[in-house]
Amino acid sequence: MDHILLRHRDIPDIHQLDVYLRHGGFEAFRKAVTTLTPAQVIDEVKASGLRGRGGAGFPTGLKWSFLTKGVYPRYVVVNTDESEPGTFKDREIIERNPFQFIEGALICAYAAEANTVYNYIRGEYWDAAAWLDECLAAARARGFIGPNVFGSAYSVEFHNHLGAGAYICGEESALLESIEGKLGQPRLKPPFPADKGLYGKPTVVNNTETLTNVPYILQHGAAAYKQFGTEKSPGRKVFSLSGNVNRPGNYELPLGVTLRELIYTHGGGVPGDKKVKAVMLAGASSSVLAVTDDILDTALDYEAVAAKGAMLGSASVIVLDESVDLAWVALKTTRFFKHESCGKCTPCREGTYWMLNILERVNRGEAVKADVDLLHNVASQIQNKCLCPLGEFSVTPVLSSLKAFRADFDAHAKDAAPKPAPKPAAAKPAAAKSAPAKAAPAPAGD
Amino acid sequence: MLAEKYADEIQKILSRYPPEWKRSAVMPLLHLAQREYGQVTPPVLAEVGALCGLEPTQVAGVVGFYSLYHDHPAGRRRVQICTDLPCALRGAERFGQELCQKLGVGWDETTADGEFTVEHVMCVGACDKAPVFQIQDETGIHFHESPAPDQPLTVEQALESLNRLKAQ
Amino acid sequence: MADLVTLTIDGVKVSVPKGTLIVDAAKRIDNDIPVFCYHPKLKPVGMCRMCLVEVGRVQRDRASGQILADETGQPKVAFGPKLETACTTPVEDGMVVVGASAKVTDARDDVIEFILTSHPLDCPICDKGGECPLQNLTMRHGPGTSRFLFGEKMHFEKHVPLGKPDEALIYLDRERCIQCARCTRFSDEVADDHVLGFYERGRRLEIATFSDPGFDSKFSGNTTDICPVGALTTADFRFGARPWELTPAASLCPHCPVGCNVTFSTRREAKSGGQPVIKRILPRQNEAVNEIWLCDKGRFGHHFAESPDRLKTPLVRRDGALVEASWDEALALAAEKLNAAGAGVAALLGGQLSNEDLFAVKTVVDGLGGRSAVYGTMGGGEAVRLVGVGAGTNFGALGAGTAILVIASDLEEEAPLWWLRVKQAAERGATLIVANARPTKLDRYARHKVRYTYGHEVAAVLGMLVAGSNDYAETFAKAENAVVLFGQEGLDPAGSAALAQACANLLIATNHYGRPNNGLVGVWPQANTMGAWELGLPARDPRQPLPGVTATWIAAADPVGDGRVSAADLRAAGFVLVQELFLTETAKAADVVLPATAWAERDGTYTNGERRVQRFYPAVPAKGRPDFQIAADLGARLGVTLPRFASQLFLEIAKAVPAFAGLSYTDLARVEPQFPDVGGRDQYYGGASYTNEQGLGVQLKSGAERGAAVAAHPVDVPHAGPATLTLVPTTLLYDRGTTLAPTRLLAPRTPAAHVVLSAADAARLGVADGDTVSVAVDGAAVTVTARVDSHAPEGFVRMPRSLGAVTPPGPMAVTVQKIAATERVAVR
Ligand SMILES: Cc1cc2nc3c(=O)[nH]c(=O)nc-3n(C[C@H](O)[C@H](O)[C@H](O)COP(=O)(O)O)c2cc1C
Ligand code: SF4
Ligand code: FES
Repeated sequence: MDHILLRHRDIPDIHQLDVYLRHGGFEAFRKAVTTLTPAQVIDEVKASGLRGRGGAGFPTGLKWSFLTKGVYPRYVVVNTDESEPGTFKDREIIERNPFQFIEGALICAYAAEANTVYNYIRGEYWDAAAWLDECLAAARARGFIGPNVFGSAYSVEFHNHLGAGAYICGEESALLESIEGKLGQPRLKPPFPADKGLYGKPTVVNNTETLTNVPYILQHGAAAYKQFGTEKSPGRKVFSLSGNVNRPGNYELPLGVTLRELIYTHGGGVPGDKKVKAVMLAGASSSVLAVTDDILDTALDYEAVAAKGAMLGSASVIVLDESVDLAWVALKTTRFFKHESCGKCTPCREGTYWMLNILERVNRGEAVKADVDLLHNVASQIQNKCLCPLGEFSVTPVLSSLKAFRADFDAHAKDAAPKPAPKPAAAKPAAAKSAPAKAAPAPAGD
Repeated sequence: MLAEKYADEIQKILSRYPPEWKRSAVMPLLHLAQREYGQVTPPVLAEVGALCGLEPTQVAGVVGFYSLYHDHPAGRRRVQICTDLPCALRGAERFGQELCQKLGVGWDETTADGEFTVEHVMCVGACDKAPVFQIQDETGIHFHESPAPDQPLTVEQALESLNRLKAQ
Repeated sequence: MADLVTLTIDGVKVSVPKGTLIVDAAKRIDNDIPVFCYHPKLKPVGMCRMCLVEVGRVQRDRASGQILADETGQPKVAFGPKLETACTTPVEDGMVVVGASAKVTDARDDVIEFILTSHPLDCPICDKGGECPLQNLTMRHGPGTSRFLFGEKMHFEKHVPLGKPDEALIYLDRERCIQCARCTRFSDEVADDHVLGFYERGRRLEIATFSDPGFDSKFSGNTTDICPVGALTTADFRFGARPWELTPAASLCPHCPVGCNVTFSTRREAKSGGQPVIKRILPRQNEAVNEIWLCDKGRFGHHFAESPDRLKTPLVRRDGALVEASWDEALALAAEKLNAAGAGVAALLGGQLSNEDLFAVKTVVDGLGGRSAVYGTMGGGEAVRLVGVGAGTNFGALGAGTAILVIASDLEEEAPLWWLRVKQAAERGATLIVANARPTKLDRYARHKVRYTYGHEVAAVLGMLVAGSNDYAETFAKAENAVVLFGQEGLDPAGSAALAQACANLLIATNHYGRPNNGLVGVWPQANTMGAWELGLPARDPRQPLPGVTATWIAAADPVGDGRVSAADLRAAGFVLVQELFLTETAKAADVVLPATAWAERDGTYTNGERRVQRFYPAVPAKGRPDFQIAADLGARLGVTLPRFASQLFLEIAKAVPAFAGLSYTDLARVEPQFPDVGGRDQYYGGASYTNEQGLGVQLKSGAERGAAVAAHPVDVPHAGPATLTLVPTTLLYDRGTTLAPTRLLAPRTPAAHVVLSAADAARLGVADGDTVSVAVDGAAVTVTARVDSHAPEGFVRMPRSLGAVTPPGPMAVTVQKIAATERVAVR
């Protein structure tokens, strides 16, 4: 099968500049710089319907067109922070298909009329970043980066900036703070980066994968790109598949592929042929979906997933088989968010701490059922009050698994009813039975 | 002192950012300091601050915020095992425990020879190759993972890697 | 006002300027939206999430932008799904804000509960208890019982000195901190001292400093006022009293020409025989003077008043020794001697005396036909009287369109609040020109840094009068408003007078005088030096002996201790009368010493550097008599009748001195509402500063505004001597003067006597940083430590005043010789 993003799977050694060039490398960038105006590039990307692959799915061309007019310098900042548990696609791209990513970022810079690209790579990708530095040097040596590219008036620089272990720096405004040498705490919005971004200047922030699509779009046209995927979610997407599957890994597929196909055709099914109990489609911040045939047949595109009350996010699919205890999953995700909370706002800082305490007590078997209610309360208490989405993310897996798998939590309680025979995984949601001590607002989409 | 030993590298780092935004260099400079000293102590805060025009308190804020800078000593190499959800689903916790046992330490403890400190980390972006650990030492940060997802790293292989590192 | 926006908050309509935040709009109609992280003087951050409200916005048609109407024809208002932070959301026309709903109350309850889950239950011993925003809001929103397990609560360090244990001014209780970042933002944004920050992240986030000395800022105390919990406390006040035991008493800071409005918190204590004592000093809001801030000298420098070393009884010289005497005895002796001296009486008065004191002594001396002068090393008051900043000037209103020239002054050390306010004006867009022979901290905000050689100050200003000489001269000339602040660094009294005249000429030539926000300001050495000028007292440096003196009357000045005159020379000029708080070197040389009261023990007025006359009030019982009363008592014995009360004396001033015409204490006590409205009932909005209920003072009209003839006068450009090395006295905020030395808290931040050499001079003299050197001025040698400053100009040696070694009144040729090298400890 031909890949657009994971082209190294079709063309060995495409991570070598020569090989990349032999396969049409940097032609799209040349075409943009030598034959198109920045506005034309933006129009083409808009027409392709490409949406951000970093999680929020915002239309990419539209984002580029929002830059405040007449203010320079501008910046392009690439988000290779990739820290959502279950996400590992950008790493494969920069390690194996680096030049296409570089080319995409350069085209973006040209379209944004920016002369500097900063690529924010998480610190753990130390080796990948070093490798990407080499690739940048090679591209610079050939004149793709630097002054007057392709003999035009356009000049562009490209630097990597290494993170140092903070998931919150994937949030774009925290990322910008981080490049500015500050703590990675999110900024208030507005102003948005397109208006006041890096160093207070208009800035485009895009995900690595998003930009890696761009050379294809420019070279083959928006129409060609749109043949993949669905009407509203066109194009191809790298799905990071992990958890209880036989063949975890990245799979580049058109948006709209079904979950069933992803897990069973590509992922090789579940070890030991166990049943799938639940899935998380957007990494640790997902709504936990109890898996039914209906869910398995859900098309993995932004709209269809949203219709199920979940988010596609960066398409990091974590498969949970029937042996998995959702109280333990909630413990894991909460531990993550508590560790990663930047501490700026009260609900997230305090709430994740208390959710974790309760979940630890639950998982140690030291809790009572009322503690499970308290957990529900605390999660609801955080919800809709945070400064940035991280705090809201922390609540999603907890509330959704409480709703769908309350029994998993109650089973740990000291005052739980004597254990009945293990229930089938996708039992009726039990949350309705719990009467929270304090009325909580119903979460949107629940 | 970093300024003398890494003059060229520091110059290169500073050249990446606008001259009035020298403070942007604080993270790359701290990576340098972390590599050089194995931790970032108060005198180092002043040293790094002087290079990028920040007060020691501002540098400290950055050190405290990011988990790959350390304000306390550890073994020569930090063995950071991912036990986050996707890895845990594939046995990373057991892997970590066994590795600890073999090294004769508990989590966050350092081996008697001062070589390794075993730590938990949050997801490092290698979920398909679980279990996985990274080593942070004077050379930077390097992943140790199975090259093939269907053949997970064994504790024996991990130990072998560690022994090889130790011999270096 | 243009661009008003009208919105409805909990059913009440209010119109506020565009750009106002919801929380401030609500405050204007006494709707107290609870906040923790928000502070009206800081940029909003929206961190604590306490101020959540429902916000409805007018709906518009996407395409046409037309306002959509509902069935009743009213604009359609739509509420978002989420609550919004009132502290970050600007108002919009037609906006509907709801704070009084169950949804909002629930949300606030939730946030408070989260904050409390990590907060210790130590209100009974907490300094903030009783004036604590968290405590107050807990009463309103807190849960009655805890749903969390006490044992799972995080515990953090308490009593953390922000600095070395015996040196810290501020202590931190990490457990009480609610991470609102008010203190760090104050330090970053307002003080521009990046010495306090967050450390760690998430629930472990904590405040920390890594500077040396710790929390190295001259404004650190302000953080304890705006901290909404008891996390930050001052070393001075912590565990000193409970807020509800304290009685407020209005006063002014006596330490510099800014004239910050303060409030003493007093309490009756056994140690003072049941009389009130000052427990702490807090700012009293005056938006035209100090807003709600104080520098640490003003906050902590009050201990001299309670010093056990204060003089308690009059002393008279008998058989060569000073012995205690009764007031009657001492006054009679003094009156007799003064009477005998008649026109031979010379009064030398300190700039810390109030207008009433100065006026009273001057009146008595005038009656005798003698002469009075203010003791000082800085001239130029006449020029300031004429073209000083116009009545109605407010540094807080200066911004784009204004030019500010600061020359020959290190403002942060000499008048910290002016430094702050000039900085803020520059941040609002004012063009700041900083002219000095060396770099100072104000340079950071200067659009133009002008560097001259000491001795060329006047030339630098006169140069701005030459058309086309440079771009900043042109900017200054064309500015809508312009203010000049001049100091005396590198200048002798005549030099500063010349500089003042040069600055006046510049203002006159560019037509920047005689109206608000324009004119000249002197950065005077003392709180009421300007008052002395306004009362017509010339400045005098006692080095130059006055002819025909047979009696010297000194009040609040220590010329002997300062090395300006020797005890022998002073006594050689006849009878010496001294009014003092302490037995200074000058007092020791006196024939009669009369104990005066400290400012906190009496009333009076100061005229600050902006020529604002402000009142201070008695707060604690008096030791001694107020200087004006001593003068009146002497006057009574000398046939000069003066009232014995400050308010009546002030009326006399108003009669006698045109600048004060028509003023009374009542005028000075007038207040008008200040915005932001801090210190109200709610306490959480603005912190612990006091509302001003005792008077905002009155700014005097300049001579120009009162119709005096204004003309430029030719200025002699002084010629610098041919010395290879010239000593330049400078001013540091923290010194060892008699009014600061008793505040031991500041001692660790006060350097020992030293000189600062340029790198080149140091190399030439073979002196290294830290070496001990001998400095010979005028034949007298002092031994001090040398410091080497690579930014200092060559050929000059800086020597801060009042650090224990004598400094000359102005620049002077010196020689510097190394005595001993510093011992260096090998540092690996
Ligand atoms: C807590 C949080 C973490 C995020 N992490 C990432 C990340 O690791 N990588 C990424 O590309 N986007 C991440 N995002 C999304 C970014 O904020 C931003 O939307 C994205 O980089 C925009 O690029 P795109 O439009 O190309 O998707 C994160 C958002 C949040 C709120
Ligand atoms: S939600 Fe969490 S991560 Fe986001 S600002 Fe608040 S504390 Fe920081
Ligand atoms: S979030 Fe508005 S006051 Fe803190």
